[in-house]
Amino acid sequence: MPRYSTGEAPGGHSYLQKAAMNGSCKIENGGLKNGYVKNGVCPEDRILNGGLYKRPFHEAFEETPMLVAVLTYMGYGILTLFGYLRDFLRAWKIEKCHNATEREDQRDFVPLYQDFENFYTRNLYMRIRDNWNRPVCSVPGERVDIMERFTDDYNWTFKFTGRVIKGVINMGSYNYLGFAQNSGFCAEASAVVLQQYGGGVCSTRQEMGNLDKHEELEHLVAEFLGVDAAMTYGMGFATNSMNIPALAGKGCLILSDELNHASLVLGARLSGATIRIFKHNNMQSLEKLLRDAIVHGQPRTHRPWRKILILVEGIYSMEGSIVRLPEVIALKKKYKAYLYLDEAHSIGALGPNGRGVVDYFGLDPRDVDIMMGTFTKSFGGAGGYIGGSKVLIDYLRKHSHSTAYATSMSPPVAEQIITSMKCIMGADGTSLGRERVEQLAENTRYFRRRLTEMGFIIYGNSDSPVVPLMLYMPAKIGAFGREMLKRHIGVVVVGFPATPIIESRARFCVSAAHTKEMLDEALSKISEVGDLLQLKYSRHHFVPLLDRPFDETTYEETED
Amino acid sequence: MFFFERFGATIALIKMDVKHFKDYLSWLYYQYLLITCSYVLEPWEQSIFNTVLVTAIAMVIYSSYVFIPIHVRLAVEFFSGIFGGQHESTVAPMS
Ligand SMILES: Cc1ncc(COP(=O)(O)O)c(C=O)c1O
Repeated sequence: MPRYSTGEAPGGHSYLQKAAMNGSCKIENGGLKNGYVKNGVCPEDRILNGGLYKRPFHEAFEETPMLVAVLTYMGYGILTLFGYLRDFLRAWKIEKCHNATEREDQRDFVPLYQDFENFYTRNLYMRIRDNWNRPVCSVPGERVDIMERFTDDYNWTFKFTGRVIKGVINMGSYNYLGFAQNSGFCAEASAVVLQQYGGGVCSTRQEMGNLDKHEELEHLVAEFLGVDAAMTYGMGFATNSMNIPALAGKGCLILSDELNHASLVLGARLSGATIRIFKHNNMQSLEKLLRDAIVHGQPRTHRPWRKILILVEGIYSMEGSIVRLPEVIALKKKYKAYLYLDEAHSIGALGPNGRGVVDYFGLDPRDVDIMMGTFTKSFGGAGGYIGGSKVLIDYLRKHSHSTAYATSMSPPVAEQIITSMKCIMGADGTSLGRERVEQLAENTRYFRRRLTEMGFIIYGNSDSPVVPLMLYMPAKIGAFGREMLKRHIGVVVVGFPATPIIESRARFCVSAAHTKEMLDEALSKISEVGDLLQLKYSRHHFVPLLDRPFDETTYEETED
Repeated sequence: MFFFERFGATIALIKMDVKHFKDYLSWLYYQYLLITCSYVLEPWEQSIFNTVLVTAIAMVIYSSYVFIPIHVRLAVEFFSGIFGGQHESTVAPMS
């Protein structure tokens, strides 16, 4: 729903017209709003959603300007042409091919390396590869040290210069609450546990790998989430991809958001259930799928589905959008489906108490059947959890591959999670955790507001600490990453296949550990690079005054 | 003395202008690199791209230089044949 095909962007119209023409695309909460609501003064919020939302829900996905879209496609066109030229040269052995190629004596076999599918990697990604996997050589806190490297064969190989770029402001790590630290109480507690238990466990939970630390952690997680029981795993990705197959199987239907994380997609595919995709965060689309599933049942036999599982995420890590949980829960109850909520990014980062989207919307955690999350982000640890009813957890303990076949979590990591979680809960007797949660919310609002004011196109919910800044053109992906690092700001740039081909973006993750000075420095550098690369695409500033609707609740310029 | 001062100031101004102009040009070139994605091309690819582009533009300009005047003249003659004929004949007897 929030994706605009470029054809839908009517240049030069007033916003009201645009919204009307984009139909449901721009409609938030059923009102004619674009996320640009003045101070949330919005009586429609309550009326139109039947009291589902307790707080204003502002999400903006400004449409791609037509000219930018055309230029982006043109850029990809040029790069593709040159890709063909280079492939031609490689095929004729005029140029050496650095990529994996088929062996000469296997020439007539079915290709092992799918040459054409690697076209993108070989000819487009390779040109700007220096922006990714830069080796970091310090704790990934609010500042990081990055090892300097250079290439003399256009990014096919890298060599280290031996120097370290020190004190780069880290706008890329998912360190939402700033618990990625090498000192402080979490690190000290982990060090003590390391001395007591060692680093590894060398067995699975079902065998000799069930430590008291794990039991303690699980009780704490259950208490934190407000559910009956919880189960923890050593890896977040495997929590999704191994537990969904335990919950769904043949004859089941999985309804999955189109932008779900790869781990959810993999889990759904491994389960063997039928998968249907609904448009991102689009409740009409979800309801239509649910209704069709109930009315028609399974294809051919028309038997009812054994169960229907809805897979959603709390914060979508590429869009910065927050799931419309109240509506999802209402739908789930109406159609008697199960809900699997992946809180990887939202746990700790959202809600007045840092307890994720459920807390953010003020809902009952028991309405979500399966609460999944990871410790890799806000807690500065590793691993994942599943929370829910006692029955569910007991079932998973027996049936999940992650419990039966995967080595359990390293004890110092468990301790890191326990201490950080206690800190967020205030169970350590300080208000430090609460302050961090509040600091994060404040930083998020500040950072988002400033970027929008500068005229960048920023996606997502105004409360989401994931802040995507749209770059669009392929050359600008590379240029942005390099120019920012030159100015000692570490950023993550994202392009195809993680995003749709024209919607390349830079993604900032705001942290509670960022001070106002750091954010200001980062913002001024972003603005500088934005001017250099002409990234300030947003046209929301140019609303002529007379064109602006007089109704208070519709469009306003972005102001707080 | 005054003259030289003025002169110096003018030179400085020109220099500044030249510098600004140069900056502007290099900025423009940078934008060109980014938009056409030449930014990520290797130097030899860049030169191919630029050559092709410059050739294409030069050809367009040249052909428009050569052909547009001819076409314009033909068009003028054609239209004056339609609309202008009568006008001329009415003018002639009066003189
Ligand atoms: C939504 C979501 N689920 C699961 C994961 C995987 O978690 P982990 O990195 O702990 O394996 C991620 C990680 O990025 C994620 O974003």
